Amino acid sequence: MKFSGLTGVALTLGFYVPATGKNTPVVKVITEADKAIELNAWISIDKAGKVTIINHRSEMGQGSFQSVPQIIAEELEVDLNDVNIVFAQGSQTKYGSQITGGSSTIRGSYTRLLTLSATAREMLLEAAAKKWGVKASECYAEKGHAVHKESAKKLSYGELVEVASTLKPPASVKLKDAKDYKIIRQPMPRQDTPLKTNGTAIFGMDKKLPGMLYAVVERNPRFLGKVKHVDDAAAKAVKGVRHVIPVQMNVFAHKREGVAVIADNLWSAMQGRKALKIEWDDTGFEHHNTDQLYAKMREDAKSGKLRSFKTKGNVEEVYNKATSKLDAMYETPYESHSCMEPVNCIAHYHDGKCEIWGPIQGPDWVQADVAPMLGLKPEDVTVNMTFLGGGFGRKAFLDYPHEAAVISKAVNAPVQVVWTREDDMVQGPFRPGMVYACKASLNESGNITAFETRMAGQNMNHQNPGAAKDSYNDSVVEGFPETYLNSLPNYSFGDVPLESPVPVMWWRSVYSSTNGFAFESFIDELAITAKKDPIEFRRQHIWDARYTALLDKLESVSGWKNRKPNEGYGIALTECFATIVGEVVKVSKKSDGKVKIDKVWAVMDCGWYVNPDIVKAQVEGSIIMALGAASFHATNFKDGKAVEQNFNTYKMPRISDTPEIEVHIMENDEKAGGVGEPSLPPFAPALTNAIFDLTGKRIRTLPFSLEEV
Amino acid sequence: MASINLKINGKNVSVDADPKMPLLWAIRDLVGLTGTKYGCGIAQCGACTVHLNGTPVASCSIPVASVANKEITTIEGLSTDNSHPVQQAWIQEQVPQCGYCQSGQIMAATALLKKNPNPTDKDIDAAMQRHICRCGTYPRIRKAIKTASLIINQKASVK
Repeated sequence: MKFSGLTGVALTLGFYVPATGKNTPVVKVITEADKAIELNAWISIDKAGKVTIINHRSEMGQGSFQSVPQIIAEELEVDLNDVNIVFAQGSQTKYGSQITGGSSTIRGSYTRLLTLSATAREMLLEAAAKKWGVKASECYAEKGHAVHKESAKKLSYGELVEVASTLKPPASVKLKDAKDYKIIRQPMPRQDTPLKTNGTAIFGMDKKLPGMLYAVVERNPRFLGKVKHVDDAAAKAVKGVRHVIPVQMNVFAHKREGVAVIADNLWSAMQGRKALKIEWDDTGFEHHNTDQLYAKMREDAKSGKLRSFKTKGNVEEVYNKATSKLDAMYETPYESHSCMEPVNCIAHYHDGKCEIWGPIQGPDWVQADVAPMLGLKPEDVTVNMTFLGGGFGRKAFLDYPHEAAVISKAVNAPVQVVWTREDDMVQGPFRPGMVYACKASLNESGNITAFETRMAGQNMNHQNPGAAKDSYNDSVVEGFPETYLNSLPNYSFGDVPLESPVPVMWWRSVYSSTNGFAFESFIDELAITAKKDPIEFRRQHIWDARYTALLDKLESVSGWKNRKPNEGYGIALTECFATIVGEVVKVSKKSDGKVKIDKVWAVMDCGWYVNPDIVKAQVEGSIIMALGAASFHATNFKDGKAVEQNFNTYKMPRISDTPEIEVHIMENDEKAGGVGEPSLPPFAPALTNAIFDLTGKRIRTLPFSLEEV
Repeated sequence: MASINLKINGKNVSVDADPKMPLLWAIRDLVGLTGTKYGCGIAQCGACTVHLNGTPVASCSIPVASVANKEITTIEGLSTDNSHPVQQAWIQEQVPQCGYCQSGQIMAATALLKKNPNPTDKDIDAAMQRHICRCGTYPRIRKAIKTASLIINQKASVK
């Protein structure tokens, strides 16, 4: 749906930032003449009373397609079935940032969505009051109608939009108290579920255009390097193959070179690709392997030149004088996102315009990236979002829309570029592998007196063109609960960046996903050193009732105090994207002596939230994804290439590997935090802490195999 | 190239295809049924699962010529209105997140329940082991299969 396509009578409200004045968005009635103004969100109610809300973020499984309408329906007082949600097209000028990342869809927009809906409701009530010649305060809204209290007269929203659209929005509206919610906080079924159980949901892979050609690309397997020579005679001889062309795409500051095979159908394109004979020129490129990368990171973590990010007091002095101290190193692997839908994208370049369809996390970024590449203005590049078959950060990267756009332009036809599973798994970008050197000292009461973390590994920001390589990584404290910091009299957090051509990118929960393992393993080791119960030790370092309440809850639901012999319990607590999550993992030994995971308890404090069932689903999914990265898969490099190419070697957790998961959500009046990612970081350390509890074996390197504990 | 007759969801469709083309691509790109998904191409993830004469198979690894005139059922053939008990159970338990793997999961669960209307956890593990869900919907898949089993048994007892 295009904004300019709004015709007929409707009440359309949007948030926009006035050109003059402060940077505070205000609600405005939108008319046909306003189509170019900057809107942050908008809703429209038509004459039939149907509500349309533009979802400016992607739906990649996290449930924005359901939770955004639930917010609207609550304050607007309409039936959820009357709210239609459509994907926004990419446009930074209209919607502001659209990147679906940082678990920000709800926390970044809920107050605006609530205000927008309440404003529309008040205007509709005022319109009704006008028609009836009564005061608006004598009316209330219910199920898409304005009702006059005294006379019980009723008018539907559809009958009121014409008058309402001529009114001035009230300067302020009162939002409901959470206790009065009827739709928010309800575990309502997702509106996209029926589309996903009968095969009708359209993912990027499923979109088809008339006359569309299919492309696959053979890319340099070593991240850097050039195409030296191509023999495409055999490829061109494959039936259905139409074109073979060289392509170049931006991968951060580098150019990745490849050869595209474009055919009538995907299978022919794949066959043509197999028949290509390409000679690559890797001159000057280091053919590294995993061992070399980690040897360098270990050395860096121990003694490399530190980029200090955050310090307090004097760690060195306190640590050196202390009698009780500990140091340890932790390692986490490179990982592939491996969304079930490999990346793919359609572009149709024609008549000086380019239209794009795909599973895209940042449509506005794609627009901004593709336009200059094609020599077009941003408004001539339309970016349409389909459903995403997983995202996890991978689909915020722009290489695949880039490929689709340049290939479509070159062959003058609509083209879908499809990455095979192997392409998706070997080309990255990956979660960066990290090494952490931690040290700390304790006093007689078992309190931490000094705490240091030296992180070694790739800094994602250093990949950008022209990035200063001596800058610190400001994500080095990510995952560490803010309240811990307050309790530490001396601390130091910094990093030593690894410069490598391996492309790296956000992977669900980003640096927290690896930092959390180091921090919460080390805290556990300190608790053991201090001879304290691991929960009690954490409580000592928590100076905030919100965190204490969560720990109390976790301790009680997990039966932490009533544990039986031959059971191992481990806890971890992390903070990520403004949400606190604590997890307890329980392990025991199977009859063959091997360790098994019996149960996971998770308590999430994400403050204000919409749909408890969606929240629980996100927690369950995050834990299972974390289980994969903890003990199933890793990406290794050999001779400059990724070793794991498909699910036969990049092993995923399966249904039989899945433990029972019990999820609790804290109820409070805090602001909304993220939901899609924050449950991932605490799982791995809670698991390894539990294994230590059971076996006395401390695991400091991921991934590890449960079979080999 | 050859003209191959496929019996998909009870209908005969003739496709002109390379005999070696995997059934998956014939279903998606030639027949135009996109509910069946590509996930790995090597029968490791289950996203492409369809029924071949009632048995779940990985359509990415079966040449199209080998299944001429055999009964093929895709997700679209279960029901388009979500009336199949497994689809109902999937909705009731709110299984899908991104949803990409769910066609394959549902086809595997349907085949399991047809053979074994009262599966144990072990039976479920064995039948669903070939299917990957990156979103981690496994706990709900397990629950939904049990719910579907109840729905199927209720229907049977009414009859």
